[in-house]
Amino acid sequence: MHDAPETLPTEQTVYLDHAATTPMLPAALEVMTTHLRDVGNPSSLHASGRAARRIVEESRETIAQALNCRPGEVVFTSGGTEADNLALKGLYWARHDADPARVRILASAVEHHAVLDALHWLAAEEHAVVELLPVDVHGRLDLDALRASVARDPATVALVSVMWANNEVGTVQPIEDVVAVATEHGIPVHTDAVQAVGAIPVDFAASGVDALTLTGHKLGGPYGVGALIVRRELSLTPLLHGGGQERDIRSGTLDMPAIAGFAAAVEHAVKVQPEYAERMTALRDDLVRRVIGVVPDAHLHGDAVERLPGNAHLGFPDCEGDSLLMLLDARGIECSTGSACSAGVPQPSHVLLAMGCDEEGARHSLRFTLGRTTTGADIDELVEAIGPCVERARGARER
Amino acid sequence: MKVVAAMSGGVDSAVAAARAVDAGHDVTGIHLALSRNPASYRSGARGCCTLEDANDARRAADVIGIPFYVWDLSERFHEDVVEDFMDEYAAGRTPNPCLRCNEKIKFAAVLDRALGLGFDAVATGHYAQLRTADDGLVELHRAVDHGKDQSYVLGVLTQDQLRGSVFPLGDTAKAEIRVEAAARGLLVAEKPDSHDICFVSDGDNAGWLREKLGERAPNHGGAIVDGESGEELGRHEGTYGFTIGQRRGLRLGTPAADGKPRFVLDIEPVSGTVTVGPREALTIDRIDADRSRWCGPAPTSYTGGVQLRAHGAEHAARVSVAGDAVSIELLDPAQGIAPGQAAVMYDGTRVLGSATIVATSRIGADA
Repeated sequence: MHDAPETLPTEQTVYLDHAATTPMLPAALEVMTTHLRDVGNPSSLHASGRAARRIVEESRETIAQALNCRPGEVVFTSGGTEADNLALKGLYWARHDADPARVRILASAVEHHAVLDALHWLAAEEHAVVELLPVDVHGRLDLDALRASVARDPATVALVSVMWANNEVGTVQPIEDVVAVATEHGIPVHTDAVQAVGAIPVDFAASGVDALTLTGHKLGGPYGVGALIVRRELSLTPLLHGGGQERDIRSGTLDMPAIAGFAAAVEHAVKVQPEYAERMTALRDDLVRRVIGVVPDAHLHGDAVERLPGNAHLGFPDCEGDSLLMLLDARGIECSTGSACSAGVPQPSHVLLAMGCDEEGARHSLRFTLGRTTTGADIDELVEAIGPCVERARGARER
Repeated sequence: MKVVAAMSGGVDSAVAAARAVDAGHDVTGIHLALSRNPASYRSGARGCCTLEDANDARRAADVIGIPFYVWDLSERFHEDVVEDFMDEYAAGRTPNPCLRCNEKIKFAAVLDRALGLGFDAVATGHYAQLRTADDGLVELHRAVDHGKDQSYVLGVLTQDQLRGSVFPLGDTAKAEIRVEAAARGLLVAEKPDSHDICFVSDGDNAGWLREKLGERAPNHGGAIVDGESGEELGRHEGTYGFTIGQRRGLRLGTPAADGKPRFVLDIEPVSGTVTVGPREALTIDRIDADRSRWCGPAPTSYTGGVQLRAHGAEHAARVSVAGDAVSIELLDPAQGIAPGQAAVMYDGTRVLGSATIVATSRIGADA
């Protein structure tokens, strides 16, 4: 009916929203499209089924090797949101069933909505007691608050969930310290590592976490596929009931081509992570330095050191973030206000509010996130455009 | 020109945006988020503030091929339109929130922001026409489709606001707009028109006001009295449930002596007294208004047309203007005119301006 619009970043577009989604790696695209031609349900017993199953299991092994877990610990899901929901609800139900005294869930106040909304649901419908733990001005979890909350009554904590790295401001959380606090009392820890895998080193076994969420489209794989890595010993109550394809924890026909593309992307992203991080950090630091050079009162949100390499979240005082986004978009520069839009109505970011930002400061912010396809020329274009755009957006506000 | 098209999610504003593109403008679609909690405003196909409407607007922008954003005007809308609506009802008047929204939101907050961001004008799906006179003045005129004409709710716009406005639908009948929408592949072609007040979710204004105004003094009940005898005929739970000329919902036990229906004649918010009487007592021919706003230079005294409610008839009138105040003498009387409503003044099809009605009376009755 209508021509399909071009949705991949083009030559004309400066795409600085890689934390929202990033282009597929050629290797992932190749393997996925190749397998889309294949027939065979991985659960079927005949030759075609076995061939599909083999691709799935090889993919599982690839991911396990990249993240240092056992292949049996990889549970494929439809993406990050499902993996987070499975981890939180599945762990809560299992732990609460085993001991009804375990009613508390501790999480950071800056979690992604896939975690926060699942926790709100558990509180509203399952009578879980959710405690959102404070963060400092850089968005780092207050470990003393975690310790105090656990110590108050360790036996009542069903689980702890703290993201590996924040999707908005890029702050990396002290996961090892979180694990140290929780394991002392035998409390399982879940972490949403959607933004971390491929960007910074992530080692499942070494981290000591019990469950870890990752997703394909944030690291060069396809949309609609992700995984929850769950320690073998841990029992989870399933969300979806059906064929029990994934360790009886998750049902649904396995999306073999997407899983193959996902695995290829994880393998590549983890392999090149050190060089990637180095290149992104240099580009990101250049972006921040030069944007502040043009807009002197702009400032970086989040931790300057414990930070995702491709994340530059900047506050622009007296400048509406959504006006600035629109003006940059009109010049072909794509970024994000970083906040979740409910019904298209921008809400002040809960992350920035938790970091002590006021509502106005939260609205006066933009997130630029770099990725594999980002070049120095992209930064040049942003630096050239940002001054006039900020000036114009400020002028619009003063009227 | 660089134009912001305000897209409600309805058929009119979608076609208006498409026509602005056809006219050669560089168009950006904007949906105005007017409620902090979109679910609390009217749901279903009739509203202008719901999630579904935002999606309809977005899909229309996709089909037209223009960029699309949501602008959050919810705080301004609440302060300037919703609270004003409550205050006016609390004061015993009958406000028109659509005029208020045009005056304060669409052609003020939105236009200002658009101009600040480098746009030249705001396009809407209002049925009205703009013409530039020989002296350069931008004139606001009634739409070709008089049945659908919305110049009344635009009568609050000043010359500066009109210069920043584009009304692409004024030369076309509504039925043709639906046909055009379908031909353009816009899925909202068959969407029903909106009629009610967008922030009253179920169309029950009195119920909404009762809930919002609650026990807010001095408006929590009073007597319903007969205008002629002064006799108390019943009680009510708040004057905001009434508007001048209202017949339904009086719930009077005693029938009138003449057996004819009774109508609300007057609302006295301080005492809470609602006065009722026969239809004839609603007839007025003199109006005092204030808060005048003129589309061009303010006129002095003249004879022309006056429209007293949205989609109401035009009355011939002698109008005299003194500063903000406007005195209107109707040459053919009107019935059931409520303070708080706008009197919009016309010269032929051209809108001269508007003023807010503060009092009405009957010269003929006194004479």
